[in-house]
Amino acid sequence: MKISRKEVEYVAHLARLKLSEDEADKFTAQMGQILSYFEKLTELNTEGIEPTSHSVPMVNAFREDLVKPSLLVEDALANAPDKEGNFFKVPKIIE
Amino acid sequence: MEYEAVIGLEVHAQLLTDSKIFCGCSTKFGGEPNTQTCPVCLGMPGVLPVLNRKVVEYALRTAVALNCAIAEKSVFARKNYFYPDLPKGYQISMFERPLAEHGWIELELAGGKKRIGITRIHMEEDAGKLVHSGEFARADYSYVDLNRTGVPLMEIVSEPDLRAPEEAAEYMRQLRSILVYLGVCDGNMQEGSLRCDANVSVMPKGSTKFGTRAELKNMNSFRNVQRALEYEIVRQKKVIESGGEVIQETRLWDDEMGKTGGMRGKEDAHDYRYLPDPDLIPLKVDEDWIGQIRQSLPELPGRKKGRFVLQYNIPEYDAGVLTQDQGLAEYFEAVIKAGAASKWASNWMMGELMRELNEQNKSAGDCPVKPEELAGLYRLIEKGAISSKIAKNVFLEMFRNGKSAEQVVREQGLTQVSDDSVIRKMIEEAIAENPKQLAEYLSGKDKMSGFFVGQVMKKSQGKANPQMVNQILAEALKKLKEGK
Repeated sequence: MKISRKEVEYVAHLARLKLSEDEADKFTAQMGQILSYFEKLTELNTEGIEPTSHSVPMVNAFREDLVKPSLLVEDALANAPDKEGNFFKVPKIIE
Repeated sequence: MEYEAVIGLEVHAQLLTDSKIFCGCSTKFGGEPNTQTCPVCLGMPGVLPVLNRKVVEYALRTAVALNCAIAEKSVFARKNYFYPDLPKGYQISMFERPLAEHGWIELELAGGKKRIGITRIHMEEDAGKLVHSGEFARADYSYVDLNRTGVPLMEIVSEPDLRAPEEAAEYMRQLRSILVYLGVCDGNMQEGSLRCDANVSVMPKGSTKFGTRAELKNMNSFRNVQRALEYEIVRQKKVIESGGEVIQETRLWDDEMGKTGGMRGKEDAHDYRYLPDPDLIPLKVDEDWIGQIRQSLPELPGRKKGRFVLQYNIPEYDAGVLTQDQGLAEYFEAVIKAGAASKWASNWMMGELMRELNEQNKSAGDCPVKPEELAGLYRLIEKGAISSKIAKNVFLEMFRNGKSAEQVVREQGLTQVSDDSVIRKMIEEAIAENPKQLAEYLSGKDKMSGFFVGQVMKKSQGKANPQMVNQILAEALKKLKEGK
């Protein structure tokens, strides 16, 4: 196996996904297969090739430092699951 | 056992742009909650961030000023974590390929000069703000304001080259001074536009193997950086000496309690799963651009200080004080240009002027006494019209009421008395009025001459020319002694 069930559960936790027992088993097997498939790539000789971070050979797209109108608060908050006054409202976070 | 501390600082500086790093929302501080947001900084699906050119320019200015090697190509990365102040679920930052690396900053410490390495400089976006205070203090919810989300930050990471809390505080002072000179950050630690986290560990003195470090946060002044480090170093020593082990953790400085405390319930170990952000294409900086930036840099505090010492012949310490703030340095040069002697100008500014400015929380730029007017005060002293002592009162009057030195002297009749006969008369009176003190003087108590100087100055309401008083009084007393 390329990936353990424990690792799958850990990654799911980082992504805040709740997996059932069955799902965890299923994804462990599936992700293992995906990783095996990608392992084929390691057969290629990549000596001296810069890692590709972007597929389009382009650099430097800028905007000038100009202020543009922002959204109205109503619009900014329109899709929020919960809100109060001008604020988004979320379960209490204590740092 | 003797221990040595190892300290590295991570500084976040808010860059002085008008708009955010990846969108056109305003960066203005203090707006109504969530009035400075748009689909980009709210992390709506399908939007594309576009880099603000000025953010790059400001970061480059800093990188050049801090002697860094600038990467020909750098790449923005996503730092993934879930927290409600970050609507996208990741912060756009830089990771494997930062903008600049391998710089240094030179500190002048009691023991001499010391070079502190700069590991890296990169750009990133700020997160939003969670409000728990005021009317929400007891609420069961967190209230989220995303105005600050996407405000441009520059992170400057130092090498673990600092060995004492004072060194860390001095590093912060130097760095702040440079950032403000460069015009890239306002340097306000209280308001959070300059923030500092510290990594600190202790090891046996002379060892080369660093101990386990703690990360300190929440220090919002130079003084608190120093205090938090002092506390933490003692704490770690105690842990080690009592046979315990320092654990790697994040600790918050509590200003009121004067101590650091572990953050409770800090979720899993950080696993940010950085990846290059496909939304932002790589940044390429060529030699031309770096050259332009280099050309546009102002004279930085270190160099200005050296020049002041040479050009104006003032002590290094004075030059250091005067160049820490750009406005103060400009003021000083203007006073000299207007005709004052450099040593006088530097003494006067470091004493009277800075005291009044600090008291009124003003900067040199908005000092009510303009440089030309301060030079005017100098001329009055120089030509003997007023004494240095009276000049202090004149200065206060100038500072508070915006009058010129001549005007104050004229209005209050403060002109120095340099008339020989007038002074002679006051001396005669002083001697006649104090026979007991005279007798003491004549019996050999030479120190009593000071008493008579005081009497004469009192009679003249401080206006008598002190050199003349000293001279004429000495003659008069001598005559009396010889005639005895």
